[in-house]
Formats: sequence, structure tokens, C-alpha cells
Amino acid sequence: MEYAQQLFGQFFGADWGSALFSLTKNLVLILAIVLPLLLSVAYLTLAERKIIAFMQIRVGPNRVTLFGIPWLAGWGQPMADAVKALMKEIIIPNGANKFLFIMAPILTIAPALAAWAVVPFSPEVVLADINAGLLYILAMTSMGVYGVIIAGWASNSKYAFIGAMRCAAQVVSYELAMGFALVCVLMMSHSLNLGDIVKGQEGGSFVNWYLIPLFPMFLVYFISGVAETNRAPFDVAEGESEIVAGFHVEYSGMAFTVFFLAEYSNMILVATLASLIFLGGWLPPFDIAPFTMIPGFIWLLLKIAFLLFFFLWFRATFPRYRYDQIMRLGWKVFIPMTLVWIVLLGSVMQLPASVLGSFPLNLWFH
Amino acid sequence: MLENYFPILLFILVGLAVGGGAMACGWLLAPNRPDSEKLSPYECGFEAFEDARMKFDVRYYLVAILFILFDLEIAFLFPWAVVLNEIGTFGFVAMMIFLGILVVGFIYEWMKGALEWD
Repeated sequence: MEYAQQLFGQFFGADWGSALFSLTKNLVLILAIVLPLLLSVAYLTLAERKIIAFMQIRVGPNRVTLFGIPWLAGWGQPMADAVKALMKEIIIPNGANKFLFIMAPILTIAPALAAWAVVPFSPEVVLADINAGLLYILAMTSMGVYGVIIAGWASNSKYAFIGAMRCAAQVVSYELAMGFALVCVLMMSHSLNLGDIVKGQEGGSFVNWYLIPLFPMFLVYFISGVAETNRAPFDVAEGESEIVAGFHVEYSGMAFTVFFLAEYSNMILVATLASLIFLGGWLPPFDIAPFTMIPGFIWLLLKIAFLLFFFLWFRATFPRYRYDQIMRLGWKVFIPMTLVWIVLLGSVMQLPASVLGSFPLNLWFH
Repeated sequence: MLENYFPILLFILVGLAVGGGAMACGWLLAPNRPDSEKLSPYECGFEAFEDARMKFDVRYYLVAILFILFDLEIAFLFPWAVVLNEIGTFGFVAMMIFLGILVVGFIYEWMKGALEWD
């Protein structure tokens, strides 16, 4: 690394060398996050189709192989889908506002990818170790709603318009519940830095994870995450039986695919954040021999995969909610629940230090 | 301190480039043969009846306004929650009074039916 820095210095001169080196280094690191992420998005779609097929006693995609290897049947499906989407015409409808119509998918995927900048993958591996990590993620995930509402407006189609209105109202409602649930986490972790939040859950076993003291908040966070990403059973924004496909009804080809890349990378982001914040991130469930031998990064991946499985399981299991039921759940159940929990948690934290330092409260309040 | 944010700026640009690049590839590789039926807005096979920028339910506005109020509340709660163990009981009580006022407003809108959707 230092050698490369020297090489840049010699080649471009002292002033430009360090700036260009930092630019190149960061670009390589960003690609090291984005490319595996896009690959996981591709295989998440395959996993979704395979798992839902399994739950419905079907086979799922089993034709396209990779490199002609027979036992990889189905594994080439995401690549085939990508090529197919690439070859499809991008239709821009007559009445559409062309500039906004093209900008909407880009505005949806940019924040969905950029939110990954502050996600730590193990104690040392994090691209931007900023103190406002969680705040930044909240800001970025809120940006996604702009893409949706611009897409709905620019399409000049009734279905797209209604879908965008529904989606925007639903996303902002669940954002509140999500924010309140995160406030509870911050009260325990005393830090917005995601790495510090995971370190606050260290202590020997899974009992120390925030999942245990904040279990209702974990449920609120995860269900809000499902609603925020417009996944079943909260997918009225694109309910195919009522408004065909919602805000992206007029999108085709690659423009449509970009929306789906954003949706799936948001799903992975929600699962990752839930693992980091509530399930102890890279910490093993027990700090003893067989568990500590597995690297922390693998534990994080396992937790993410576990939570992602729930997204797919929900979709295969639950019927779609009605819109008024969705709004009632967000405003009348989750928000009061989180408010009560904030007050409760705050009151517990006002107990004298001797009480907080004794079992079992000393497991979580440091 | 601020140089920690440089990768973030770069990441946002890469995100825009991924979206824009994918769209550009699609534009270059895909055929482009528009006709008037293909370009008309989708409405279950009918000709579009009227402009799609139509009137919509006022409750969406209401949700947006309520969202701003509560999101601001979260913005206040975030720094408070981070330093709660340092500001002690005084800080806790002060925030509880603030929350109490907002909860009164929340109960009012609930009773007024602002959260009803049917």
C-alpha cells in the first residue's frame, strides 16, 4: 500500500500524487463493496424464487446452468435475467416528463447503494468510520422515497400516480416507527457509530445482544424495514391485483431493473442493520471455542442470511394487508409502542448506579 | 474529521454512476422502436380517460405534515438518547415534558380521526 502511494507520488508529483492515491484507493474499496452487493442482489432473486418455489412445492428455476455444469442447474438464472433486461426496450410514455422519468430510477438506487458506505463488516473493516453513522443511514434510506414519488409523478399514468402516493405515505409512516426504535438502541449504546454499537453488545454470549432487552423494538424495526422496502405483505404500493405494478408500471427494460436492484439492496441493508444493531453483528453467540473459531465476518453473513430468509418467508406466507390496516399498524400500534418503550427504558436508566451495576441489568447497561 | 466523509461523497457518485450506467447500457443495447400504442400510458387497454395528474385524497397531505412533526421529534431525540447517561435525571425529565406535549397532540389527532383511512 505504501509502495503504491510512493508510485503515485513519483508519477503525478507530490501534490497530485496523494490526492489521486486517495481517490483511487477509495474507488477500489467502494467497488469492493458494490460489486459483491450487486452479486448478492442477483442471487437473492434466485434464492427468493427457489425458496418460494420450495414452500409452494414447486421446483423453481432449474434450466439455466453456469458453464454447462449440470448440477448448477438454475444458478445461471440471475445472469440470464440481467442480459434479458438489458436487451429490452426502455419505453418513455408520451405524456411523461422525460428528464424526471429517467432520473427517478437513478435517484432510487444512488442512496440505496451509498448507505453502505458506513456499514462495518468486522471491527476494522469499514469504509467511512464516521461518528454519525446511524444518522447518515437514516438520511440515505429516507432519500429513496424521492425516487418513488418522482417516478409516479413523471410517468403520467394513473396507476403509477396512485402507487406513488400510497408508497410515499407508507414509507414515511414506517420511517417514524423505525426512527423511534433506533432511539431506544442509541439510549443503550451511547453512540451513533455502528462499530461502537456492536462493541456495546460484547460481553460473552448472545444474552448481551440488544435483541434481549429491546426485543419489542427489534420486531418494530424489522417489520418497519419490511414495510419500508415495500415487500409483501406490505406491498400495496405495487399490488398487482389492484394497481398493476404501482409506481413502476410505465418502466421497462433496464429502468425497471434499476428499481429492483434498489429494492433488493435495501432489503439486504435492512437485514444487515438489524444484524448489526440487534443481533450483535460479527459477535459469535457464545464466546467459547467452536464458535469463536468462525471469523466474525462469517457470523455477520449468517445473521444477514437468516434475516433475509424471513423476508422471503413472509412473502410466501402472508396475504397482502389492506391499506388502512397498514397505516393503522404504523401509526396506532408501532408509534405508541415505541414511545412507551422509550419512556420505560429512560426510567430504568435513571435507577441508581448500584442497581444498574447488578445482575441482570449489568449485562446491558454499561 | 471531514476527510472521513470523502469516501461517502465518492460512494454517492458511484451510486449515481451505477444507476446511470445501467440505464445507458440499456439505452445502447436495446432496440428502440416506438409507436403510438406503445407510448400511450397504460390503462388496462383503454384509451387514457383524462390527465393522470388528478385530484387525490387530502389524507396524504395530512400524513406528510404529521410525518414532518414526528420526524423532527426523532431528530431531537437522537442526540438526547446518545448522551442520556451523562445528562442524568434533569435531561430525562426535560425530554419527558417535551414528549408529553407531543403525546397530547398525538392523542388529539387520533381522537379527531386524522389516522383513519376508511
